[in-house]
Amino acid sequence: MKEMLIILFSVVLIDNLVLSRFLGVCSFLGLTKDLKNAMGMSIAVIFVMIVATGITYPIYWSILEPINLGYLQTVVFILVIAAVVQVLEAIIRKAFPPLYKAMGIYLPLITTNCAILGVMLINIQEIYNFGSAMMSSFGAGVGYMLAMFLFTGVRSKMEKADIPEFMQGLPITLMAASIVSVSFMGFKGVIENLFG
Amino acid sequence: MTKKNSLFYEFMKGILKENPLLILVLGTCPALAVTTSAENGLGMGVAATAVLIMSNAVISALRKVIPDKVRIPAFITIIAALVTILQFLMEAYVPALNASLGIFIPLITVNCIILGRAEAFANSHGVVRSAIDGLGMGVGFTLALFFIGSIREILGFGTFFGMKMPWITEGGLQPMMIFGLPAGGFAVFGVMIAITQKLNKRFYARQPQAVMGCSECPGCINAHTAPADHASNALEGQVTEEKVVVPNTMREPGVLANLKEVKQAEKEETK
Repeated sequence: MKEMLIILFSVVLIDNLVLSRFLGVCSFLGLTKDLKNAMGMSIAVIFVMIVATGITYPIYWSILEPINLGYLQTVVFILVIAAVVQVLEAIIRKAFPPLYKAMGIYLPLITTNCAILGVMLINIQEIYNFGSAMMSSFGAGVGYMLAMFLFTGVRSKMEKADIPEFMQGLPITLMAASIVSVSFMGFKGVIENLFG
Repeated sequence: MTKKNSLFYEFMKGILKENPLLILVLGTCPALAVTTSAENGLGMGVAATAVLIMSNAVISALRKVIPDKVRIPAFITIIAALVTILQFLMEAYVPALNASLGIFIPLITVNCIILGRAEAFANSHGVVRSAIDGLGMGVGFTLALFFIGSIREILGFGTFFGMKMPWITEGGLQPMMIFGLPAGGFAVFGVMIAITQKLNKRFYARQPQAVMGCSECPGCINAHTAPADHASNALEGQVTEEKVVVPNTMREPGVLANLKEVKQAEKEETK
């Protein structure tokens, strides 16, 4: 249990997916204009992340690794992610219409979101059992959500600010992201102090 | 300026006019993550360029064979295969660089630049032209990564390609660690975009806007185009359907094909 909590805290706060690992930056910059988009995308990412880990992790360790095809992981994972996204979209549309309304349109965008493939690869490299891998994926999704929500708040304040013409648009957004990233550096020692 | 439609134009446009990283804002993830040093930036750029040239050439050669409905999965599979080959080569010949780039080598697969160029250019142009386009885009990307990497290395660690800067002395000037950290990555990238947009305005005397557009690339939505905005509004009935701009790749795979058939049928009827 303690190990699980350590994984959760470290992937959400310290190794935050967006702000310190730089995965999913495209959607982080593009979809944080209002809270509705940020929420839909985050829910979709968490959902796909968990399902895809549940499939790719066993595939790697029970099929690819024993027959020495580990190097095919990129090809296999990207196809699995694409298939998972298609199937999930169909299932959710039929079975849970409210959920589809909240996140349905973001699902096709996820296939080439580097956050998903990145987390799959990190899990294979760094995490050594299935439970922890699932926890780390869930944590990565939650970390993504946290970063999206915080940044949406920052950007909504920024819209009213008077910005020099030179920096308008994307440049000032990146500067703001930089400051949000600095704030996450404050979490550095949190694990040592919480879990000793 | 160089004549439009010449091969040289296709090459040059990737460097400033349509710089994939600083103007089109594609492939931001590796641009921020691996640019802690000039060497890493250069290595990442060259790796991505190799994949880009090959994928553009292969996809362009196969463009008449791949059915329209399954083109995105087909493109991704081709790109993933090329990336796997590249990974082998890097492991064998430049193991140190491979180790420092880490998972960002396999992540070239989902780099928006590559899929974006495949969809926007290689899918509709000849093999040579596509390869040149890939080369130009790749060089533009490499230059951008190299500049960001150099700035971050010089300011953050006081070195350039591992050589110590003369002004970093005992008790004198010290490097600013913040530039080596994620926060510095965002800041330097932001300033670089601002400078490039300014340069672009001067040289091309027009608002630099994404010619290709991120809507071509399903995974990447940037500040210029937010197709999801339109789509979500449409879902809630706020916008009438004709005004909604949904990128081709977000539509149902069959819709586009059907649209063609419907239009053809209409034409025949009018005849």
